[in-house]
Amino acid sequence: MAKSLLLVSRQAPWSGPGAREALDIALAGGAFDLPIGMLFLDDGVFQLAPTQYPEAIQQKDLTANLQALPLFGVDSLYVAQRSLDERGLADTTLDLPVQCLDDAALRDLIDRYDLVITL
Amino acid sequence: MKFAIALFSAPHAPSSRRALRFAEAALASGHEIVRLFFYQDAVHNASNAAVPPQDELNLPAEWGVFVRHHRLDAVVCIAAALRRGVLNEEEARRYGRPSANLGEPWDLSGLGQLHEAAQMADRLVCFGGP
Repeated sequence: MAKSLLLVSRQAPWSGPGAREALDIALAGGAFDLPIGMLFLDDGVFQLAPTQYPEAIQQKDLTANLQALPLFGVDSLYVAQRSLDERGLADTTLDLPVQCLDDAALRDLIDRYDLVITL
Repeated sequence: MKFAIALFSAPHAPSSRRALRFAEAALASGHEIVRLFFYQDAVHNASNAAVPPQDELNLPAEWGVFVRHHRLDAVVCIAAALRRGVLNEEEARRYGRPSANLGEPWDLSGLGQLHEAAQMADRLVCFGGP
Protein backbone atom coordinates (compact mmCIF):
# COMPACT_ATOMS: atom_id res chain seq x y z
CA MET A 1 0.00 0.00 0.00
CA ALA A 2 1.27 3.47 -0.84
CA LYS A 3 2.59 5.58 1.99
CA SER A 4 0.58 8.65 2.86
CA LEU A 5 2.20 12.08 2.65
CA LEU A 6 1.22 15.22 4.51
CA LEU A 7 2.40 18.41 2.92
CA VAL A 8 2.70 21.30 5.38
CA SER A 9 2.56 24.61 3.53
CA ARG A 10 3.86 27.52 5.61
CA GLN A 11 4.59 30.26 3.06
CA ALA A 12 2.41 33.23 2.22
CA PRO A 13 1.43 33.37 -1.45
CA TRP A 14 3.34 36.64 -1.93
CA SER A 15 6.60 35.49 -0.35
CA GLY A 16 8.14 33.92 -3.44
CA PRO A 17 7.54 30.64 -5.23
CA GLY A 18 7.43 28.61 -1.98
CA ALA A 19 3.66 28.32 -1.72
CA ARG A 20 3.29 27.37 -5.38
CA GLU A 21 6.10 24.84 -5.16
CA ALA A 22 4.58 23.22 -2.07
CA LEU A 23 1.27 22.98 -3.89
CA ASP A 24 2.99 21.43 -6.92
CA ILE A 25 4.24 18.55 -4.74
CA ALA A 26 0.66 17.88 -3.61
CA LEU A 27 -0.74 18.08 -7.15
CA ALA A 28 1.98 15.79 -8.50
CA GLY A 29 1.26 13.27 -5.74
CA GLY A 30 -2.45 13.44 -6.51
CA ALA A 31 -1.73 12.85 -10.19
CA PHE A 32 0.05 9.63 -9.19
CA ASP A 33 -2.96 8.58 -7.09
CA LEU A 34 -0.98 8.77 -3.86
CA PRO A 35 -2.74 9.46 -0.56
CA ILE A 36 -1.84 13.12 -0.03
CA GLY A 37 -2.97 15.54 2.65
CA MET A 38 -2.23 19.23 2.80
CA LEU A 39 -2.03 21.37 5.91
CA PHE A 40 -1.91 25.16 5.78
CA LEU A 41 0.08 26.42 8.73
CA ASP A 42 1.56 29.73 9.88
CA ASP A 43 1.73 32.24 6.98
CA GLY A 44 0.55 29.44 4.68
CA VAL A 45 -3.01 30.23 5.78
CA PHE A 46 -2.83 33.46 3.76
CA GLN A 47 -3.09 31.25 0.67
CA LEU A 48 -6.69 30.60 1.68
CA ALA A 49 -7.72 34.23 2.15
CA PRO A 50 -10.54 35.36 -0.14
CA THR A 51 -10.38 38.38 -2.45
CA GLN A 52 -6.68 38.38 -3.17
CA TYR A 53 -5.27 40.77 -5.77
CA PRO A 54 -1.97 39.17 -6.77
CA GLU A 55 -1.84 41.18 -10.01
CA ALA A 56 -1.21 44.30 -7.90
CA ILE A 57 2.25 42.91 -7.17
CA GLN A 58 2.69 41.31 -10.62
CA GLN A 59 2.05 37.82 -9.29
CA LYS A 60 -0.08 35.02 -10.67
CA ASP A 61 -3.17 33.95 -8.79
CA LEU A 62 -2.58 30.81 -6.74
CA THR A 63 -6.22 30.23 -5.86
CA ALA A 64 -7.08 28.53 -9.17
CA ASN A 65 -4.27 26.02 -8.57
CA LEU A 66 -5.46 25.49 -5.00
CA GLN A 67 -8.96 24.79 -6.21
CA ALA A 68 -7.51 22.12 -8.49
CA LEU A 69 -6.50 20.05 -5.44
CA PRO A 70 -9.79 18.10 -5.18
CA LEU A 71 -9.70 17.50 -8.96
CA PHE A 72 -6.32 15.85 -8.46
CA GLY A 73 -7.73 13.66 -5.71
CA VAL A 74 -6.23 15.73 -2.91
CA ASP A 75 -9.26 16.37 -0.75
CA SER A 76 -7.73 15.93 2.70
CA LEU A 77 -7.18 19.63 3.34
CA TYR A 78 -6.52 21.12 6.75
CA VAL A 79 -5.79 24.50 8.27
CA ALA A 80 -4.42 25.38 11.68
CA GLN A 81 -7.04 27.29 13.66
CA ARG A 82 -4.36 29.02 15.70
CA SER A 83 -2.61 30.31 12.55
CA LEU A 84 -5.94 31.71 11.31
CA ASP A 85 -6.67 33.36 14.66
CA GLU A 86 -3.22 34.90 14.93
CA ARG A 87 -3.68 36.53 11.52
CA GLY A 88 -7.26 37.66 11.96
CA LEU A 89 -8.58 35.32 9.28
CA ALA A 90 -11.96 33.79 10.02
CA ASP A 91 -12.44 30.19 8.95
CA THR A 92 -15.72 31.14 7.25
CA THR A 93 -13.88 33.25 4.66
CA LEU A 94 -12.03 30.31 3.14
CA ASP A 95 -12.61 29.29 -0.43
CA LEU A 96 -11.89 25.57 -0.23
CA PRO A 97 -13.34 22.62 1.73
CA VAL A 98 -10.67 22.86 4.44
CA GLN A 99 -10.99 21.38 7.90
CA CYS A 100 -9.94 23.62 10.81
CA LEU A 101 -7.82 21.89 13.44
CA ASP A 102 -6.79 22.94 16.94
CA ASP A 103 -3.32 22.21 18.28
CA ALA A 104 -4.17 18.77 19.67
CA ALA A 105 -5.81 17.74 16.39
CA LEU A 106 -2.71 18.92 14.51
CA ARG A 107 -0.56 16.53 16.49
CA ASP A 108 -2.92 13.66 15.70
CA LEU A 109 -2.96 14.64 12.03
CA ILE A 110 0.83 14.61 11.71
CA ASP A 111 0.93 11.28 13.56
CA ARG A 112 -1.52 9.74 11.09
CA TYR A 113 0.67 10.30 8.03
CA ASP A 114 3.63 8.12 7.04
CA LEU A 115 5.56 11.01 5.53
CA VAL A 116 5.64 14.74 6.18
CA ILE A 117 7.17 17.46 4.03
CA THR A 118 7.20 20.99 5.40
CA LEU A 119 7.86 23.89 3.05
CA MET B 1 17.98 1.38 5.95
CA LYS B 2 16.99 3.00 2.67
CA PHE B 3 16.92 6.80 2.75
CA ALA B 4 15.43 9.29 0.34
CA ILE B 5 16.91 12.73 0.91
CA ALA B 6 15.13 15.90 -0.17
CA LEU B 7 16.90 19.24 -0.04
CA PHE B 8 15.11 22.57 -0.34
CA SER B 9 17.67 25.22 0.62
CA ALA B 10 20.35 27.16 -1.26
CA PRO B 11 24.02 26.10 -0.99
CA HIS B 12 24.87 28.93 1.41
CA ALA B 13 22.18 27.80 3.89
CA PRO B 14 23.53 25.68 6.75
CA SER B 15 20.84 23.08 6.06
CA SER B 16 22.47 22.28 2.69
CA ARG B 17 25.74 21.50 4.45
CA ARG B 18 23.89 19.41 7.04
CA ALA B 19 22.17 17.47 4.26
CA LEU B 20 25.51 16.57 2.68
CA ARG B 21 27.02 15.56 6.02
CA PHE B 22 23.94 13.47 6.80
CA ALA B 23 24.16 11.75 3.41
CA GLU B 24 27.87 11.02 3.93
CA ALA B 25 27.20 9.65 7.42
CA ALA B 26 24.32 7.50 6.18
CA LEU B 27 26.50 5.79 3.57
CA ALA B 28 29.43 5.52 5.98
CA SER B 29 27.13 3.68 8.41
CA GLY B 30 26.15 1.16 5.76
CA HIS B 31 22.79 2.63 4.81
CA GLU B 32 21.53 3.15 1.29
CA ILE B 33 20.42 6.37 -0.39
CA VAL B 34 17.76 5.56 -2.97
CA ARG B 35 17.70 9.10 -4.35
CA LEU B 36 18.69 12.67 -3.68
CA PHE B 37 16.05 15.15 -4.78
CA PHE B 38 16.86 18.88 -5.00
CA TYR B 39 13.90 21.26 -5.06
CA GLN B 40 13.27 24.98 -4.60
CA ASP B 41 16.51 26.94 -3.99
CA ALA B 42 18.41 23.66 -3.52
CA VAL B 43 18.69 23.44 -7.31
CA HIS B 44 21.65 25.83 -6.94
CA ASN B 45 23.49 23.04 -5.13
CA ALA B 46 23.69 21.28 -8.50
CA SER B 47 25.02 24.28 -10.42
CA ASN B 48 28.61 24.13 -11.61
CA ALA B 49 28.75 27.92 -12.03
CA ALA B 50 29.07 28.97 -8.38
CA VAL B 51 32.40 30.55 -7.44
CA PRO B 52 32.62 30.85 -3.67
CA PRO B 53 35.80 32.43 -2.20
CA GLN B 54 38.69 29.97 -2.20
CA ASP B 55 38.90 29.69 1.58
CA GLU B 56 35.18 28.95 1.91
CA LEU B 57 33.28 25.71 1.53
CA ASN B 58 32.28 25.01 -2.08
CA LEU B 59 29.18 22.99 -1.41
CA PRO B 60 27.99 22.51 -5.02
CA ALA B 61 31.44 21.10 -5.86
CA GLU B 62 31.34 18.82 -2.82
CA TRP B 63 27.91 17.53 -3.74
CA GLY B 64 29.17 16.72 -7.25
CA VAL B 65 32.16 14.78 -5.91
CA PHE B 66 29.98 12.92 -3.43
CA VAL B 67 27.31 11.95 -5.95
CA ARG B 68 29.89 10.86 -8.53
CA HIS B 69 31.95 8.88 -6.05
CA HIS B 70 28.96 6.90 -4.78
CA ARG B 71 27.16 6.81 -8.17
CA LEU B 72 23.99 8.09 -6.52
CA ASP B 73 20.69 8.78 -8.21
CA ALA B 74 20.62 12.59 -7.96
CA VAL B 75 17.61 14.41 -9.37
CA VAL B 76 17.08 18.16 -9.69
CA CYS B 77 13.49 19.32 -10.18
CA ILE B 78 13.30 20.64 -13.72
CA ALA B 79 10.62 23.27 -13.09
CA ALA B 80 12.41 24.65 -10.03
CA ALA B 81 15.72 24.64 -11.90
CA LEU B 82 14.45 26.38 -15.05
CA ARG B 83 12.81 29.10 -12.96
CA ARG B 84 16.16 29.76 -11.24
CA GLY B 85 18.43 29.57 -14.27
CA VAL B 86 19.94 26.16 -13.59
CA LEU B 87 20.05 24.49 -17.01
CA ASN B 88 21.69 21.53 -18.67
CA GLU B 89 22.83 21.67 -22.32
CA GLU B 90 19.51 20.40 -23.61
CA GLU B 91 17.40 22.96 -21.74
CA ALA B 92 19.82 25.81 -22.54
CA ARG B 93 19.42 24.95 -26.21
CA ARG B 94 15.64 24.56 -25.92
CA TYR B 95 15.18 28.00 -24.34
CA GLY B 96 17.94 29.78 -26.28
CA ARG B 97 20.13 30.49 -23.25
CA PRO B 98 23.86 31.15 -23.82
CA SER B 99 25.23 28.55 -21.43
CA ALA B 100 24.46 25.51 -19.33
CA ASN B 101 25.50 25.22 -15.69
CA LEU B 102 24.29 21.73 -14.84
CA GLY B 103 25.64 18.46 -16.13
CA GLU B 104 26.76 15.03 -15.03
CA PRO B 105 26.10 13.60 -12.41
CA TRP B 106 22.73 15.39 -12.14
CA ASP B 107 19.46 14.54 -13.83
CA LEU B 108 16.74 17.10 -14.46
CA SER B 109 13.34 15.53 -13.90
CA GLY B 110 9.91 16.08 -12.38
CA LEU B 111 8.30 15.91 -8.96
CA GLY B 112 7.18 12.34 -9.63
CA GLN B 113 10.77 11.39 -8.82
CA LEU B 114 10.39 12.81 -5.32
CA HIS B 115 7.20 10.84 -4.72
CA GLU B 116 8.72 7.67 -6.15
CA ALA B 117 11.80 8.03 -3.93
CA ALA B 118 9.65 8.64 -0.85
CA GLN B 119 7.65 5.50 -1.63
CA MET B 120 10.75 3.36 -2.22
CA ALA B 121 12.66 4.49 0.86
CA ASP B 122 12.21 3.44 4.49
CA ARG B 123 12.69 7.09 5.48
CA LEU B 124 12.31 10.39 3.70
CA VAL B 125 14.60 12.97 5.30
CA CYS B 126 14.07 16.61 4.32
CA PHE B 127 16.50 19.49 4.75
CA GLY B 128 15.36 23.07 4.36
CA GLY B 129 15.09 26.43 6.03
CA PRO B 130 18.15 27.92 7.70
